[in-house]
Amino acid sequence: MKRFAQLLELLALTPSRTRKLAALVQYFREVPDPDRGYALAVLTGTLNIANVKPALLKDVVLAEVDPTLFAMSYDYVGDLGETIALIWPHHGGTGELPTLSELVALFNTTSRREMPGVIAGLLTRAEINERWALVKLTTGALRIGVSARLAKTALAEMSGVELQAIEEVWHGLSVPYEALFAWLDGRAGRPEIDQSARFHPLMLSNPIEEKDFERLDAKDFAAEWKWDGIRVQLVLDGERVSLFSRTGDDIAAAFPDIVDNVRGRAVLDGELLVGQDFEAASFNDLQQRLNRKVATPAHLRDSPAFIRVYDMLFDGSEDIRTLDWTARRARLEAWFKANPQDRLDVSAVLSFQDWDALAALRRQGADEHGHEGVMIKLRSSPYVPGRPKGYWFKWKRDPNVVDAVLMYAQRGHGKRSSFYSDYTFGVWKGNEIVPIGKAYFGFTDEELKQLDSWIRSHTTASFGPVREVSKELVFEVAFDSAQLSTRHKSGVALRFPRINRIRWDKPAREAGTLEDMMAFLGVDWPGREDGLPGRAGQ
Amino acid sequence: MASPILDRNLHIRAIDAYIDPGVPRARAIITHGHADHARAGHGAVLATPDTIAIMKTRYGADCAGQFQALDFGVPLQIDDVTITLFPAGHILGSAQVLIEQGGQRVVVTGDYKRLAERTAQAYELVPCDLLVTEATFGLPVFQHPHPTLEIGRLLKSVADNPERSHLVGCYALGKTQRVIALLRDGGYDAPIYLHGAMLALCDLYTQLGVELGELRPALDVPKPELAGQIVIAPPSAIRDRWSRRFPDPVVCQASGWMSVKQRARQALVELPLVISDHCDWGELQQTITETGAETVWVTHGREDALVYWCRSQGLSAEPLNIQGFEGDGSEGEAA
Repeated sequence: MKRFAQLLELLALTPSRTRKLAALVQYFREVPDPDRGYALAVLTGTLNIANVKPALLKDVVLAEVDPTLFAMSYDYVGDLGETIALIWPHHGGTGELPTLSELVALFNTTSRREMPGVIAGLLTRAEINERWALVKLTTGALRIGVSARLAKTALAEMSGVELQAIEEVWHGLSVPYEALFAWLDGRAGRPEIDQSARFHPLMLSNPIEEKDFERLDAKDFAAEWKWDGIRVQLVLDGERVSLFSRTGDDIAAAFPDIVDNVRGRAVLDGELLVGQDFEAASFNDLQQRLNRKVATPAHLRDSPAFIRVYDMLFDGSEDIRTLDWTARRARLEAWFKANPQDRLDVSAVLSFQDWDALAALRRQGADEHGHEGVMIKLRSSPYVPGRPKGYWFKWKRDPNVVDAVLMYAQRGHGKRSSFYSDYTFGVWKGNEIVPIGKAYFGFTDEELKQLDSWIRSHTTASFGPVREVSKELVFEVAFDSAQLSTRHKSGVALRFPRINRIRWDKPAREAGTLEDMMAFLGVDWPGREDGLPGRAGQ
Repeated sequence: MASPILDRNLHIRAIDAYIDPGVPRARAIITHGHADHARAGHGAVLATPDTIAIMKTRYGADCAGQFQALDFGVPLQIDDVTITLFPAGHILGSAQVLIEQGGQRVVVTGDYKRLAERTAQAYELVPCDLLVTEATFGLPVFQHPHPTLEIGRLLKSVADNPERSHLVGCYALGKTQRVIALLRDGGYDAPIYLHGAMLALCDLYTQLGVELGELRPALDVPKPELAGQIVIAPPSAIRDRWSRRFPDPVVCQASGWMSVKQRARQALVELPLVISDHCDWGELQQTITETGAETVWVTHGREDALVYWCRSQGLSAEPLNIQGFEGDGSEGEAA
């Protein structure tokens, strides 16, 4: 347990991803089975200690600590697990804590009646860091800035096995992952799992560049709209329905409207969207649902989810990933005919003669429907996980740009923690400047230094890590789209804003206005019914 | 609830003197040299010789109209009031103020810690009727570990990371010298590099007899030479531009607040060192009990929890909200 507590502390406090990875690799190399498997389960959120819940821990503590003092302390610390670890008043006892696997066994075999006494004993024996780790372990809320993906990346780095290969088997494995480690150590083959019922790493696209068009023949490619949702994989194994995010996290619980209303057997690749009658609403609406673990009735009513399917990996239990796109597409369309769906539809294939025609289509789609761009897929391409070159391309529409004035700057994180690297900018509304967004990339390291020093010499007020600056510096901000927002005073929010150029030369009074911004609001946004102007020829 | 001797602004009525006043006063008794207790501009200042030396170093020799030095344990009779200063153990020269009048004893602790160490005169318990205590760490989540354990973690990290410099955030007065002394006593005898803001006060400590070993200004030392070295700087500098001159620094901070990991994380501190110059929760309780005080005024920190606890013990207790003191000591000068 001591070793695991040290690992958790290091992960929590080290800002550098590289160092976190190195610590994880070292831990997985040095710690034997099954302890490292349980640690992996804690880090990836798959360890479920059913007998110990936060409420039980709290009861154990409140038997020893005055409830008022506990409440004041919790209020100050802000994290239940950490409050419990810090406030536990008894220290000492005999012997070291059990190992991670012994602890899991202990929790699984202790009766409900005996559990409080067992936990109190462990808390007393633990050193402060172990106590913290123990509470984190039992409550499951780590809050240490480590994703499941980072833990899996460490496994890949430790073993030389591709991350994708690990993700491919991941959802078929069980705690404490002994078969996985045997494979990673080279002591056994790849774990056998039912291939049709698991997550399969996705095929990703590359941005297309102008020069690519010269050597690519339009006739070899199919095109679809680029949908502005999130990429998902829907796995229908005949009994269970799983919905995976792009990284293999199961998000089925948040989307019962999909999971409860699909039929058939297949593994499908598509875009998760929300909206009535297959009309995609804004990404903001989807974001509302993504932020929740469980959907509320209001969400289900106002933002029903659906999946716009564009590829098929398994037809029934048959792996069709080696077939070409044309054949897979035919299978997909046939499958939809055989399995009528309420919450799935098929992404339409666009017809175009040559690249110029597609360019015109892309522009029209952006202007009239707010489409993000088009996807271009080689008709002869198999389904290859990762980001293979030459198969799938994304061709985003040209970004919108606006000249905005720097208003506030905030310290960055990690390497950038001594720099003011997060910028809030705004546009004119009459004689005042109102914020429209925030960006923290798009500039070079050299420009960052210049910006940092400009900000320090133009600060007018400080609020903790934030500085307000005199309203003089203009950024050319690029963004994909603008949406109505109640979060910003301006009423407008930008999607994917980034600093395109720093306009050291441009006077602030020549920056953009809120009227300019309103013109960017696509006609598709619900806000136009509020009397806001539509798109004005941008 | 009032006291006939002392009012709630720590004003001693009979002799018209204030303890640690936040604004310039004609007569001030200063418990110790931290900026939220010792300010420039008073008419006459009564304090220990070390505190006076600190004030002169920080604010200039003429930062008060006149100074009167009072050694620890020596009673000073003014009319029918007797003032005696006792060591508070917080920083060099820090004092508790005992005020005796008409058989009543009032103690104002200033900031204090119970653990004895060599950069401050060791705390002495002073029995009293009314205790005015600080409560910087007045919550039961604050249970300070022994500082040698914490310094051991710093020394281990230095040994484990010879290519990185360790940048330790410490308040310039008190914490810096204490951390240096702990490092020396832990066997670290390499030069320790200092931010410019620390130099004068470290010199003063040395002059006043606190041995700190070889100290060097960090300014203008070539970057590669600082690999594997310990550099001490004010907390505000360790994550600011000043820190860019160091090779891949491990950002450390020495403070009682560092026990809360989420807080350390938010402050981007990679190696939090829980080294406090104040009592922890247990020591606050211990002190209140041992002084035998029947009435306790709580100031300077998390008053509510300590007042609540005192009342649960049958004591009369009140929070004091003195103008000029930080509500939340986290940003205060020395924690």
